[in-house]
Amino acid sequence: MVLERSRTGVIPTQESMPDATAADPSPEPAPDPSGSVSVAIAQFYPRLGDVAANIAAHLTVISTAAASGARLVVFPELSLTGYFLKDQVPEVAVRIDASEIRALQDASRDAGIDIVAGLILESDAHRFYNASLYISGGEVVHVHRKVYLPTYGLFDEQRYLAAGDRFRAFDAPLGNRTEHRWRAGILICEDLWHPTSVALLARQGVDLIICPSASPGRGLLQGEAVGTASSYDVMTRTYAQLFTTYVLYCNRSGFEDGVGFWGGSRVVDPAGSVVAEVPGAQESVLFHSLERSALRRARVAYPLLRDERNDVNDAETDRLRRRHTRG
Amino acid sequence: MSTTPRPIDSDAGTLAVDAAFVIERLRGFIADGVRKVGFERVIVGLSGGVDSSLVTALAVSSLGAENVVAVFMPYRSSDPQSQIDALAVCDSLGIAAKVIDITLQVDAYFDGFPDADRTRRGNKMARERMSILYDHSMAERALVLGTSNKTELLLGYGTLFGDMASALNPIGDLYKTQVYALARALELPHSVLTKPPSADLWVGQSDEDELGMRYAVVDRVLDLIVDERRSRAEVVALGFDAADVDSIVARVRGSQYKRRPPVIAKLSNRTIDREFRYPRDWGR
Repeated sequence: MVLERSRTGVIPTQESMPDATAADPSPEPAPDPSGSVSVAIAQFYPRLGDVAANIAAHLTVISTAAASGARLVVFPELSLTGYFLKDQVPEVAVRIDASEIRALQDASRDAGIDIVAGLILESDAHRFYNASLYISGGEVVHVHRKVYLPTYGLFDEQRYLAAGDRFRAFDAPLGNRTEHRWRAGILICEDLWHPTSVALLARQGVDLIICPSASPGRGLLQGEAVGTASSYDVMTRTYAQLFTTYVLYCNRSGFEDGVGFWGGSRVVDPAGSVVAEVPGAQESVLFHSLERSALRRARVAYPLLRDERNDVNDAETDRLRRRHTRG
Repeated sequence: MSTTPRPIDSDAGTLAVDAAFVIERLRGFIADGVRKVGFERVIVGLSGGVDSSLVTALAVSSLGAENVVAVFMPYRSSDPQSQIDALAVCDSLGIAAKVIDITLQVDAYFDGFPDADRTRRGNKMARERMSILYDHSMAERALVLGTSNKTELLLGYGTLFGDMASALNPIGDLYKTQVYALARALELPHSVLTKPPSADLWVGQSDEDELGMRYAVVDRVLDLIVDERRSRAEVVALGFDAADVDSIVARVRGSQYKRRPPVIAKLSNRTIDREFRYPRDWGR
């Protein structure tokens, strides 16, 4: 289900609206005993370096997603700032107590929807992080600072940004309306290219990997199927299947200095199947209902997490670390 | 004027193009790039050659015929076939070409410099056309689209501040053979697809004669060196003539200055484009 959107407003299309039973505009409904939860993935086109305009556009998408019954809306990497910021990084950076973040916190409380949004987060030591916030019920529940900052090809993140140093799972409140506990983790774009990131989250028991991304299309001459999109197709399906978890991949839309972001936002279920996808790069909001039963089925069929040999992993990692320390 | 179809080997190896996909991408690139800077329209210098014809067709496909201004700017020595082809392209796209002859002003200038060689004259014509395009850009509120392909940009086979000048270039990452593939997919007029590529700065000028190589070869060598980052030795081992490879590499290096903004003498702590780094789409 897709909401088509112009750069300045949301235009719901006929077939895009979730069915009436999923729509839930009241602020405090009863928990859903079925174990299903509707999420929205906003394939969004930020204005480069214009945080105020992007906040306003976020609020529009948030209220639309909430009105459609979604309990979580995911925005792409650096959704409040745009991606190829260069020297704008310190100019658009905000601290965790900033009014811009407060506006999203208020929206999450008022609309009863959780929000994942991306921005440049400034630390007390004036370091600048490429971060995604998980906001719920008026609070910032979790912060992920991108660990892997690509600095090759067309990327230059380490010139401008400090790297995060942890991958942590957290309980996703999902509007505080779910009967089940949903464990989630956030990986930003390049973090996904390092399978150890995913393994560390999986070891903490995630049901849901949220991947905000700003992936520029390249290698496009022979079509998207052999370009960057194919790498994300393989990664999202493989991780979902091997770690029996949902993967929410949220890429952005639009162009910056001639570089086009290819979209293709998707939901992959714990069996590794793509169950919802935006077919192109246009701005849109994708809705899908996550099902506990799908996690259960996948983990009955493939009890890979149960069988994971963390003891072997730890022992071998220790051995390698000792050898490395000895030089 | 030869109209014999010339086999352009566009399907060779990595030069193959998914034309439908790339065209869709370029339509998006044009619409986004034009509108985000507050324009609705574009202007193209249309020569009747394949590059500018393709750019004009992409622009019409992206923005609609009413938002594309095509300007044909002949000199008295231009091949008459060029005008026939340019008008055929406009006909097929449902737009009207503006025809602005540059003979009077170019000849008036060179009356003062009668010994100027044809390279100087060709460069002057290219810059005269640029000057006219930018004047009409203002008059028409239309952004100038570039028509330089990747082959000529890499070889430096263009006039600095002349045909290389533009606001947006949709085809600068496409080799000449790939330009042909897209032009065929968009069904540009037959003559545009089949005549020998020429800058048409003087009678009988031919790109491939001037380069001393066929585009099919040049593009494959450039693709290997630039895109695949192969070494000279690897390219020669693949069967390409060593002298051709050396000539291409020398041209790419020798023309690097044409692909960069002017050099600024470094004095302050924050020099433009060195420490002062902002995207062109700053705030857009």
